[in-house]
Amino acid sequence: MNTTTSLDPRIKRLNLDSENELSPTNSHLVTWEVFHQEKKGKQPIHAGIVHASSPELALVYAKEQYARRGKTTNLWVVKSSDVYSFSPEDEDVFATTPEKTFRDPASYKVRDKIEAYQKRKTA
Amino acid sequence: MNNATKDLLFKMADDALIIGHRNSEWTGIGPMLEEDLAFSSMAQDKIGHAQALYKILHEQFGEAEPDALGFKRSEKDFKSCQLVELPIGEYDFSLVRHFLFDHAELLRYEMLATSSFQPLALLAKKVKGEIKYHTMHADTFLIQLGTGNEEANARLQSSLNYAWHFALGIFEESEFENELISNGVFAGEKVLRKKWLEKITPIIEAANLKVPATDESKIALGGRKGFHTEHLQPLLEEMTEVTASDIEAEW
Repeated sequence: MNTTTSLDPRIKRLNLDSENELSPTNSHLVTWEVFHQEKKGKQPIHAGIVHASSPELALVYAKEQYARRGKTTNLWVVKSSDVYSFSPEDEDVFATTPEKTFRDPASYKVRDKIEAYQKRKTA
Repeated sequence: MNNATKDLLFKMADDALIIGHRNSEWTGIGPMLEEDLAFSSMAQDKIGHAQALYKILHEQFGEAEPDALGFKRSEKDFKSCQLVELPIGEYDFSLVRHFLFDHAELLRYEMLATSSFQPLALLAKKVKGEIKYHTMHADTFLIQLGTGNEEANARLQSSLNYAWHFALGIFEESEFENELISNGVFAGEKVLRKKWLEKITPIIEAANLKVPATDESKIALGGRKGFHTEHLQPLLEEMTEVTASDIEAEW
């Protein structure tokens, strides 16, 4: 498992091993992943990142960056370093999933039954 | 009564327009991208508030169109307090001013939510959340920096000391105070000033800063009566530079 230091290419380019090794002038800035929730009950969707020195400030900035238009109910921020992901070389664990169409509800043959039901109803 | 309400509307609108323009001077040169964007958006909100207030003056009292009120009056007609016209200075000053001004603004609108003057009561309800965000931003950043390193704390304290007596000028009373109070339009500057001090004191302390001592004789008065510092006139010229280049142009 890898921890993501930052999803921001500007930070990634610096090739830093961890947040603690950020240059002294930037050491107060942490990258936060922002999740945007449009309506109550809907799942928050990843919207992007902000840089901020505290979760409170991250929320304040997230509001202007990702909730400046349209409807918003809430925002979440999560420290990028708290996001765990697969290593890129483990992408092969997903390789055959697209073939498993039997897991896809679209592959079930229910069309006939639906049509039969609709016929009965209109009859 | 009309003159009293108009005076209140003009000072609120002028405050919002001037601080909006001042804060927008940070657009593109803010201390970091996120802050630049947030500060610019809030500046834009302020200009929106000014527009809404000028619109009330236009629609309810037959004053000129909002654009004309904002951009075609002379300096002495501006009722804004002197705090808002001061140059942006370093970011610590702009942040402190934003903090001091926006808390007064939020409390003023809270008081106006129950105003007997309906258009203002409606506007107060509409902008409530917007200004709450402005103070949320100000408080969070102020506490963050104030409790940060020594330099940040010292800079904020010196800006706070400098801004203090200008900020108290927000509450300069007009000749209409009693009229506004007795007619239920607005509970008055004295009440607002008291609420403001109670509200900001714990936040200033949470930011590891000291509330400056108040010397009544040093409060920057005059703005509400059209007496301004040397900084307003050049700002008005800059704001109207483009329109002044062709006064008859349609936009």
